[in-house]
Amino acid sequence: MSETDQPRNTPARIFELYKTMCLIRAFEERAEDAFDEGFINGSIHQYIGQEAVGTGVCSNLRRNDYILSNHRGHGHSIAKGADPEAMMKELMGRVGGTSGAKGGSMHIADFSVGMLGANGVLADGLTMGVGAAQAITLKGDDSIVAVFVGDGTTNRGPFYEALNWAMVYELPIMFVCENNTYASSTLTRSVTAGDGPVARAKAFGMPAFDVDGNNVVAVDALATDLIARVRSGQGPHFLHARTYRVKGHISRDKLLYRRDGETEENWENEPLGQCASWLADNGLNEADLRSAHAAAYAQIDTAVTAAKESPFPDAALAYEDVQDFGPPEPWAGTGDAA
Amino acid sequence: MTTMTFADAVREGLAEEMRRDPLVWALGEDLSTAHGGTSANQYLGLIEEFGAKRIVNTPISENTIMGAAVGAAVAGTRPVADLRMADFGMCAVDELVNQAAKIRYMFGGQARVPLVVRQAIGMRKGGAAQHSQSTEAWYVHTPGLVVVAPGTPADGRGLLKSAIRADDPVVFMEHKDLWSTKGDVPDDEGMVPIGEAKTLREGSDLTIVSWSRMAHLAVEAAETLAADGTSVEVIDLRTLWPWDKVTVYASVAKTGRLLVAQEAVQVGGFASEIAADVTENCSTDLKTFPRRIGAPRMPVPYAEPMENEFRVTTERVVAKAREALDA
Repeated sequence: MSETDQPRNTPARIFELYKTMCLIRAFEERAEDAFDEGFINGSIHQYIGQEAVGTGVCSNLRRNDYILSNHRGHGHSIAKGADPEAMMKELMGRVGGTSGAKGGSMHIADFSVGMLGANGVLADGLTMGVGAAQAITLKGDDSIVAVFVGDGTTNRGPFYEALNWAMVYELPIMFVCENNTYASSTLTRSVTAGDGPVARAKAFGMPAFDVDGNNVVAVDALATDLIARVRSGQGPHFLHARTYRVKGHISRDKLLYRRDGETEENWENEPLGQCASWLADNGLNEADLRSAHAAAYAQIDTAVTAAKESPFPDAALAYEDVQDFGPPEPWAGTGDAA
Repeated sequence: MTTMTFADAVREGLAEEMRRDPLVWALGEDLSTAHGGTSANQYLGLIEEFGAKRIVNTPISENTIMGAAVGAAVAGTRPVADLRMADFGMCAVDELVNQAAKIRYMFGGQARVPLVVRQAIGMRKGGAAQHSQSTEAWYVHTPGLVVVAPGTPADGRGLLKSAIRADDPVVFMEHKDLWSTKGDVPDDEGMVPIGEAKTLREGSDLTIVSWSRMAHLAVEAAETLAADGTSVEVIDLRTLWPWDKVTVYASVAKTGRLLVAQEAVQVGGFASEIAADVTENCSTDLKTFPRRIGAPRMPVPYAEPMENEFRVTTERVVAKAREALDA
């Protein structure tokens, strides 16, 4: 849903963001259902409760801008314009998946919309992001890079290398720190010294700003400003969005580390409800909101059905796309990987 | 032909590729300083010709040198990342192994990762435990990577050019003790294809397969053995993955005996893979089982007598070769 070009804070623009957030929410809920039914292997990291961050940021990006995601990448992908049906096929390991069913949920990517990949290793998106920004500089494009990182990642070394690097080379990049409170099952503040991500970014001389990450109107407004600055050559910027991971680290996570009532208290502030209230207050009628919500779920239900009906890829495809020089040899003898 | 050092030849190769393709660029520590690289002048003068956007002098940030190269490669450029030494390359194994080697695959072919990472290997005198290692086997073991280890100035230049033009991530491992060695470099483009070995010396009684600096020692060993009337063929693999099985198999078919010599620790080394492969695939040609020689499984020691105890010397290669010849 890139390039929403209406002026900010208009009901029409925010309604578009609401639709994107509904799509992400529906995707994550239906993905969990499919996981529980045994249609998805491995694990899924859901974005429920954080939809406003990816949506508010990506709505200000162009198709040829790059984003790099972390392990929680479904929402970023949808917000950047990836096709949810191809994504659902990827999660289910089916033909037609965004990555040909080679990567699954944690490696969701859609290069055709500038989504350069979710990632199983935290902080690698930062180092690759500065490289992508360097490539932009070398090619003389006017595109930019946005890197999504979590609060837990601010304790990895490459986070500091990349922030320093981005400033040294004055790269066209925005770092988006989605502070969802938890680093896996650990409260991030219990293992983190100092005054937090904004202070850490400022230590590099990087302009850094804090926003309520559950308020898509606020995220969108701040992202509009910061991305305009990055695009106009003012160098790296840092957006810190306070949010809350409503679900567990992965869908199977039973949240045994949370105090009673904590999840429910935070659910009161979840972004879709806030956005719907804002839209109602700004003149949108409830029927339109309800039908947008229903349309998102209908789209995802169609995607789920299509994914379940899509075949699994031929096992022989496993050998493709390893490398040009010295590709793998199939098992000797049978000519059949099975 | 022009005679030049290994370091100069490889720098020429990089400069030629940078002139040919404006999307080729280099990044690493100290690239624009007075000695232009890791004290061997590998980048001397390049910043003056290509500017600071293409010869990027970086902070000591190995994760980002490697990670930025990956990001810049998927975003359409052809970076050459220099990690100074394979020992420092370990600081960036994640970005090389988890990202560079896997991005094309795990994203289903949506992107290629056309980068070169230079990681100098090998012992000099007194380098001790952390400035001496030969880690080629780590990367040969990693699907997605190409590994080259040229041993001459011409091969260094020609293989760097091929590596830059390849769409695969290539680990370019140059031996630190070869940088100052001289050799003839062709005046033409001088491409050396990835995956092609070179027979340094022909022979009929034993095949010694080696690479990088050790290939020179293998030639010395062959000369010593020639004095005994033994005819030894020496193959410099040049590319370790994919290695040139055609050339090695043909040689073993001729000689019936194989010794694989490497500077690295023997256990789990690449010589073991070649010996095992030839055992499986050339059994009817072999007159005796393949031998391998590599260093003892210990860190590289500092003091000279202990350091020499670690080294795979020409004499040790000769002794091992005689074992195979006498069998």
